[in-house]
Amino acid sequence: MTKSKFQILNLKFVICYLFVICPLLFIVPGCAKAQENAKPVKRIVLWHWLADREEALKTLTRKYKDLTGVEVKCQLYAPSDAYAQKIMAAGQAKALPDIYGFLGEKRIFAAFIKAGHIADLTLYMGYNNGSWKKKLFEKALKVNEFLPENEYGVAPGIYGVPIDVMNIQMLYNKKLLKQAGLDPNNPPRNWHDFIAALEKLKQANIKGFVSGWGETWLIDCFAHNYAFNIMGEQKVIDTIKGKVPYNDPDWVSVFKLFDQLARKQLLVSGIATMGNKTAEQLFANEKCAFAFNGSWCVNVYKGMNPNLDYGVMLPPQASSKYPMVIWGGAGLSFMVNGRSKNKEEAIAFLRWLTERDQQVFLAQETMNLPSNRESLANIPAILTQFADDMNNITHPNLLPVQESPRALEALTKGIQAIIIGVKTPEQAAEDVQKVKVRMLKQEAASKQ
Amino acid sequence: MDYIKKTRYITFNYLFIFPAVAIFSLFYIYPFIKVIHLSLSQWDGIAFKPSAFVGLLNFKNILFNDTANWWASMGQAGYITLWALTFQNILALLLALACDRAIKAGAIYRFIFFIPPILSEVVVGLVWWWIYDGNWGLLNQWLTSAGFAHLAHNWLSPSLEEGSRLMVRMLPLTCIAIVHCWKGFGWAFIILLAGLQNIPRNLYEAAKVDGADAWEVFWRITFPIMMPVMILVVILTILGAMQGFVLILAMTNGGPYYYTEVPVTRILDSMRNGHFGFACAQSLIFGMILLILSFSQFKLSRKMQKA
Repeated sequence: MTKSKFQILNLKFVICYLFVICPLLFIVPGCAKAQENAKPVKRIVLWHWLADREEALKTLTRKYKDLTGVEVKCQLYAPSDAYAQKIMAAGQAKALPDIYGFLGEKRIFAAFIKAGHIADLTLYMGYNNGSWKKKLFEKALKVNEFLPENEYGVAPGIYGVPIDVMNIQMLYNKKLLKQAGLDPNNPPRNWHDFIAALEKLKQANIKGFVSGWGETWLIDCFAHNYAFNIMGEQKVIDTIKGKVPYNDPDWVSVFKLFDQLARKQLLVSGIATMGNKTAEQLFANEKCAFAFNGSWCVNVYKGMNPNLDYGVMLPPQASSKYPMVIWGGAGLSFMVNGRSKNKEEAIAFLRWLTERDQQVFLAQETMNLPSNRESLANIPAILTQFADDMNNITHPNLLPVQESPRALEALTKGIQAIIIGVKTPEQAAEDVQKVKVRMLKQEAASKQ
Repeated sequence: MDYIKKTRYITFNYLFIFPAVAIFSLFYIYPFIKVIHLSLSQWDGIAFKPSAFVGLLNFKNILFNDTANWWASMGQAGYITLWALTFQNILALLLALACDRAIKAGAIYRFIFFIPPILSEVVVGLVWWWIYDGNWGLLNQWLTSAGFAHLAHNWLSPSLEEGSRLMVRMLPLTCIAIVHCWKGFGWAFIILLAGLQNIPRNLYEAAKVDGADAWEVFWRITFPIMMPVMILVVILTILGAMQGFVLILAMTNGGPYYYTEVPVTRILDSMRNGHFGFACAQSLIFGMILLILSFSQFKLSRKMQKA
């Protein structure tokens, strides 16, 4: 009798476990979330990946809470690679926060918009005769804008708010230039003088040029700067469209610049696999005279070597046919989740964040270029040098067409091959063209 | 009555395994089926549904259009695996044999040998990057101070000016393979040592009485008994080395050129570029290759064991 009672109790426990406790374990957290969502929310969540902006953003969110009573919960997820994956996964689970920084190509940006993950801000930007829009750098806004009849099929509009802007330029160490007998106040303006300066540095036993070319986007950026300079924007666009081959003499000329730098041994050793962080360390620690880096480096160098004396210049022109343009645009852009229940609060916060005072604070704390043009008067001197060239910027996202990732990979890997000497510029150009033709064929097949 | 009892008994048992089956189905079987489904589709990883069903197009593109890079990356992973199977496992076996004997401070050695596997792979990669660095790396400094300055290289991206085409091609990959072996030998060491310590000591004593020398003891006693453990180590080594990619990301990011790309970095690139369908097809092909490799290894070892 006792035994059977025990068995019944045991059975009851098992049934209770399977059908009550187990489901409750799944249901309870879900209910909690539902209750949380049901509350009248005065809290918005913000995700980003930039560790150097974290403290300044947190300070501003505290200030915003005091002003409005809306709590902005700032969450940092670094590094950028992991962050890019995180927002993709969160998008799939429809779990993106109210505001988030977006990282990726325009093609992926478009996919996010089409999936309803990003709200259209055009109307908000246009209020009050476009007062918000007018305050911001036009080209930084353009990076987040889709024009009518764009190739991605996205409804035209502005889909992001630039919080700061950036451009990528050439930097030079004044002390090292002086040591090599060069004039630190008159850095080289054209390619010929640049090579001559690097050779002089080499003779003085000073490493010439460093950049994080192990990260292929920086090679892509450098190569496209010179492509624009040598053949002009239209020809670059025609190449992407497949009308001009990559083995065109102008493209070979671009590849030859890398070959010249490498064969004359003017590049820092190991540049083909060097990450940008290492390149930044080498320049900050005065191991290299020239660097190719973005305006965010001001903050990085300040942290690594506060006494570093350096200047900013446009990459030296290789041709006088077309002007030298540089990559630039929005540094950090925030997007508003299209599904957010707190859309209005999120947009109000972003509007506040891009106002003059907040922008000056961000520029002074994080040493990044502000996206609000009115704040430029109050930024550090070195940032002003970057800001001076904001009119010369371009960006792949500003072009009407985008190159396929495989063709870009072939281009950047081909340049790495030139640097280590296993391919000639002509061979590398042929290889890129082969991949381009294959991609065009695949594109045509998938359209059929 | 018996039928009811039996049914109740079976139902009761199934109820017990239900949570485990449900979790297994949700987290293993469903994703596997989903990967197969996605590999037959075009999907950017963002839209809620794949944009188009493309049949075997992704597989065709991998096997016939993207052949050079894909199979080269496979070969490069194979090269690292070969290093791991030989140098890493031989070193692990030798150290395990040494630690199996009653040596002084054996526990300390075991601890030291097991340090590399427990270190973060990214940290190990970055530390070795500094050792190999061609500008101010420790290896070049040691070589120079030891009077071998002519051997100093830019180990992870040598240029043709520094040596032959073969050297430029193979040196970065070999450097990564060495780090992989350094990082991985501790696992093999622990597994092999556990296997060795399970061999009854009286077998060795009997062999000694019969006049067997050290080699005969190893070849006729240790090796046959250790065979299942070695099969396990070999299979784990193949799977670990073929799928390794963190060291590569930390040390070379797949460069220079495509010289240190492995299948996983190719899959990762496809995902980053928003070609999830293609990435799933790559994963399936890679998974099948690993399965075939492991299965053939297992079969071969069983045959050898029987022989």
